[in-house]
Amino acid sequence: MIQSGQGGPAPAGRRWFVRATGAAVATPGQSGPAPARPRDAADDEDEVLGKAYDPRIVRRTWSYVRPHQAKMLAALGLMLCIATANLLQPYLVKLAIDVAIQNADLGLLTLAALAYVGTALVIWLATYGQSYLMSWVGQSVLFAMRRELFVHLQRLSFSFYDRMEAGRIMSRMTGDVSALNDFLTSGIVAIASDFFVLIGIVVIMFTLNWQLALLTMGVVPVIAIATHVYRSRSRQLYREVRQQNAIVTGHLAENISSVRVVQAFAREDVNLRQFERVNRENLRRLLRAAAFSAGFNPVITLISTLATVIIIAFGGQRVLEGALTIGGLYAFLAYTGRFFEPINDLSSKYNSMQAAMAGGERVYELLDTPPAVQDKPGARDLPPITGHVVFDQVVFEYVPGIPVLKGVSFQAAPGDIVALVGHTGAGKSSIINILLRFYDIKSGSITIDGYDIRDVTAHSLRRQVGLVLQEPFLFSGTIRENIRYGKLDATEPEIVAAAKAVNLHEFVESLPFGYDTEVHERGSTLSQGQRQLLSFARALIADPRILILDEATSSVDTTTEKLIQQALQVLMRGRTSFVIAHRLSTIKAATQILVLSHGEIIERGTHEELLKRRGYYYNLYSMQFRSQELGLRRDLVEDEAPMLSR
Amino acid sequence: MNVLLRLLRYAYRYRFFTVLAYLCLLATTGLNLTQPIIIAQVIDRGIGQRDAPFLLLAAGLLVVVNVTSSLFNFATSYLNEFVSQRVAYDLRNALYDHLQRLSFAYHDRAKTGELMSRVTSDVDSARIFTGQGILQTVNTVVVYVTVLALMFSLHWRLALLSLVTMPFLAYTAIQYGTKVRPLYSRIQRQWAQLTAVLQENVTGVRVVKAFARERFEVEKFERENQAYMERNVAATRLQALVYPLMVLITSVGTISILWYGGQETIRGHLTIGTLLAFNSYLARLAQPTRMLGFIIGWVSRATASGERLFEILDAPSPVTERPHAIPMPPIQGRVVFDHVSFSYSQATAPLPQGVRQVRQPPAERVTDAGFATPRAPSGSAGARLLPAEAGTPGAQRGVDVERTLALEDICLEVEPDQVVGLIGHTGAGKSTLVSLIPRFYDVTAGAVLIDGHDVRTVQLKSLRRQIGIVMQESLLFSATVAENIAYGRPDASMAEIERAARAAQAWEFIQELPEKFDTKIGERGVTLSGGQRQRLAIARALLIDPRILILDDATASVDMRTEFLIQQALQQVMKGRTTFVIAQRLTTIMNADQILVLDHGRIVQRGTHEQLVAQPGPYRQIYDLQLRDQEEVLKEMQAV
Repeated sequence: MIQSGQGGPAPAGRRWFVRATGAAVATPGQSGPAPARPRDAADDEDEVLGKAYDPRIVRRTWSYVRPHQAKMLAALGLMLCIATANLLQPYLVKLAIDVAIQNADLGLLTLAALAYVGTALVIWLATYGQSYLMSWVGQSVLFAMRRELFVHLQRLSFSFYDRMEAGRIMSRMTGDVSALNDFLTSGIVAIASDFFVLIGIVVIMFTLNWQLALLTMGVVPVIAIATHVYRSRSRQLYREVRQQNAIVTGHLAENISSVRVVQAFAREDVNLRQFERVNRENLRRLLRAAAFSAGFNPVITLISTLATVIIIAFGGQRVLEGALTIGGLYAFLAYTGRFFEPINDLSSKYNSMQAAMAGGERVYELLDTPPAVQDKPGARDLPPITGHVVFDQVVFEYVPGIPVLKGVSFQAAPGDIVALVGHTGAGKSSIINILLRFYDIKSGSITIDGYDIRDVTAHSLRRQVGLVLQEPFLFSGTIRENIRYGKLDATEPEIVAAAKAVNLHEFVESLPFGYDTEVHERGSTLSQGQRQLLSFARALIADPRILILDEATSSVDTTTEKLIQQALQVLMRGRTSFVIAHRLSTIKAATQILVLSHGEIIERGTHEELLKRRGYYYNLYSMQFRSQELGLRRDLVEDEAPMLSR
Repeated sequence: MNVLLRLLRYAYRYRFFTVLAYLCLLATTGLNLTQPIIIAQVIDRGIGQRDAPFLLLAAGLLVVVNVTSSLFNFATSYLNEFVSQRVAYDLRNALYDHLQRLSFAYHDRAKTGELMSRVTSDVDSARIFTGQGILQTVNTVVVYVTVLALMFSLHWRLALLSLVTMPFLAYTAIQYGTKVRPLYSRIQRQWAQLTAVLQENVTGVRVVKAFARERFEVEKFERENQAYMERNVAATRLQALVYPLMVLITSVGTISILWYGGQETIRGHLTIGTLLAFNSYLARLAQPTRMLGFIIGWVSRATASGERLFEILDAPSPVTERPHAIPMPPIQGRVVFDHVSFSYSQATAPLPQGVRQVRQPPAERVTDAGFATPRAPSGSAGARLLPAEAGTPGAQRGVDVERTLALEDICLEVEPDQVVGLIGHTGAGKSTLVSLIPRFYDVTAGAVLIDGHDVRTVQLKSLRRQIGIVMQESLLFSATVAENIAYGRPDASMAEIERAARAAQAWEFIQELPEKFDTKIGERGVTLSGGQRQRLAIARALLIDPRILILDDATASVDMRTEFLIQQALQQVMKGRTTFVIAQRLTTIMNADQILVLDHGRIVQRGTHEQLVAQPGPYRQIYDLQLRDQEEVLKEMQAV
């Protein structure tokens, strides 16, 4: 599947393809995050294709092939051998008929047969060699390209991931790379061979009898046009089929994953009717496409018949007149039959070239995206730190011109627990993001033990800063492997110790496979609370000097809550911790609470100090806890609702 | 084989078109085979006997033959596609309907991804088999029989000689089908692994970067990438050897015709035209022979796919309506659990038939505070909330772990309009308990009664239509906001939808959506926050105006502010209905008429908030953990 690259932000100055729709997709010079936009159906569909040849892309792609140049040339040579041998075969039969049979020359006949054996062997061996070589070259290029892309993806910073959906990244790594490669390997060689065969046939035909050749050639453009028309129309029809098919699949997937709701609301009959409707539309489109493609072979046969008829009627006359031999007539018939394949092949190659160019454009665009956060030239590694963090007048913006942090300053000493509180969008997550240098700040500075974090390598910084996410992301693999992610060379006792420290060990031991239990995709065998504990263990084993913690908002059962609170204490002990806090216990333990509002710190201090102040913090918390406390007694809190809903 | 026959039965429904397709196939093949004879006549008679008018006649004949055969060819392809696509269409409908009616117990075990692949790729294999598979098989047989007959009638010795290679060709084709194709499924699997690593890396990019694990990830990717490349090259290598081999074997036949047939022609036993006709016929045999490999692949895949498809279609739903089930009369809202026990492993077995006697309501009705089950002494029940002492409940009761009861001897009586709060830690059985009310599962022992009707004796639809549920995870559908709210009653008027939205506190945020009630949500539409989704789910439950309402931890995954808004919404919804509320946070259930504390499938405490707080036990522990310090904060705040 080749995805169209619509909607992505175009790096300044980069030229975009004008697609077949005739409209430029993105205006040059537009940059910044892509506007949120609903995905339209066409997005998932391949190919609204543009030009079939772009020298820039071909040149750049060739640089991947260059190391395998010799193999590529050898493959091309073999391809020509195959084509020649193929072209020779009908000619050998012609010779056998004209020279050997008609002159009753057994020796010559045997010779012709042996020559035929020769061509067959050449075809066999050369095809083997050629396919193997091309597959080798193609796979090596694919391997290198995917590797480069993957390495590059690791370097790209968050601003890239913010605007690029995972699905689109995936499709570049898979579909686009393959499209490029298809053209490279099978494409170039096959096109060369197709042209060679076509020219060969023409030459041979003209040598045999130029008038008949001229007449027969008349059908070539007809076949070419028919093939091309057929291809574009059928591509269109099958695109419509795929669109509808996606709807059918989507409907089905939704119904299966939400089957509980379906049954709870007794919707089975309505849903079946709906499904039948989309399914029927799918059938209708399929059959329309089928009717069209079923016509293709017959049409081509009919056009070829035209050639055959010309050869028999006109060529037969020539034979009677002595201007052509019987073998020649046979050769004409045989070569006409071989016309179609290269034409069909070329037509399909045209499409694959279009796909390759579009794919290449997207692949190289990705490779050319510079990481927004880069190590300074000559940046040194951050030496082992104690955890003294200073934010000095930090201004930060995701989108130029819209600051989300407006001059934030604070200090945290080793061992401090800094709680960040405030409404959604106040800037809590931004502080975390820039401390880990997922983004670079606009002005001001962030220093750790006196080192500006922009002067050290990002790698060495992050190695000493631990992060626990709100939604723990676990990798597929075992529990052990997930804990070890924090420290790749962790020993078994270290892993167990980490699990014990965060109250995970007992649970793990109760599992049939213990630490070897697979956590599955997105951790489905573990409860939410257990996944959190696992992510604590992962952070703990890395033993960072600075810990960043985004507390989960979702509630877990009381038992687990207790375990989590204990584990949090263990985790934060002896480190400088920054916590986006939701738990009262965490907030009370904080040595410093920073109250954020609209990108500014509006209050700071300990819990008691802030309560005494009776300011923003006091209001925030009295409201949250009172509403919680009073729960169902709606009448008492109703008048506070408008404030809360901001 | 049985499976294949069963698949064919789907095509049998369209037997008229199938038969027509095969007749057209016969016509096409027959007409196609006349062409070599015509050309042989052109050479031998037209040219050999210098019969110029015959050339024109032959040309005309060729046109007629090819035009007709083209028409038949078209009809064959289309009809065949028509039948096989209809089969796929029917299969998809059947699967869809069956899947949505299978009860929860089935879906608990099934994976969505797996079911999807059955409905997509397995249906596809079935389609290819009933279409191309059968057609090509028939075609192969027809072509073989006719061509052999023709060749033998023309010159039997030459026929024999040129056919010597056919068994080799068939053998190679079969080898190709059985050896090379599996290599490609290996490649497919490796590809899946490669993309899985990639996918995980992209979605988990925060973790990768935070732990500075880029190099580790690259190594992981490189391993899969390398394996993928190697498998590809290995597969191509084998394919590159075998496929051209088939071409080579075919050429050997041509060579024997050329060499031996040529000698026969020189001897005058054969005309040049016949010689060339022979060659054409031989070429026409090669194609169906090579198809053998494909046919074998299609058949074997269709067998496997068919088995998987029928496994779904034959799966019995553990929850089935009785043959003479009566419609549930309008519900008053009295819910009784009469010594209900439930086990998930039992739930998967089909139901025993026959109506069971409804037992007397429990004599002892425990509404006051205290422990319901005499078997659970207060001390151990309280302690059981602590994980260290939890142990394995099955072992404690001497029951096989497989048969561990998710609910054990639950007795409960709820009057109309009462609010029942359920609390307990994960796996205590809260969700299980409420899912027995709309009969998502059947009880293992005991009975669930609504207004005195055992839920197993009434029609499912009439029962569920009167029960509203807001689930833990508020699943919405890719449709408009209005359609989602009206999910339970697609014919609801706009006024009703708006009223439900207002009651669920959803009206305001809906007004801020780009197209208000007509805004598309879900995959291709706008994304809603957790709290917004929950409120839509509440509106959805409210629209059907249920007499019984079940709120399964409706505020679990939202922040406190949203929780507050949802609480407000719930207040509205609960009025005048029998309501079951499951919650982790005490605040949600404090005001319930009855609070049940569940642990390991049993009710260990029940009563009102005041009653439960006043006595030691698990409820007090939860209260201490969740609310005491908050109350202290409040006091603190009032103090300053």
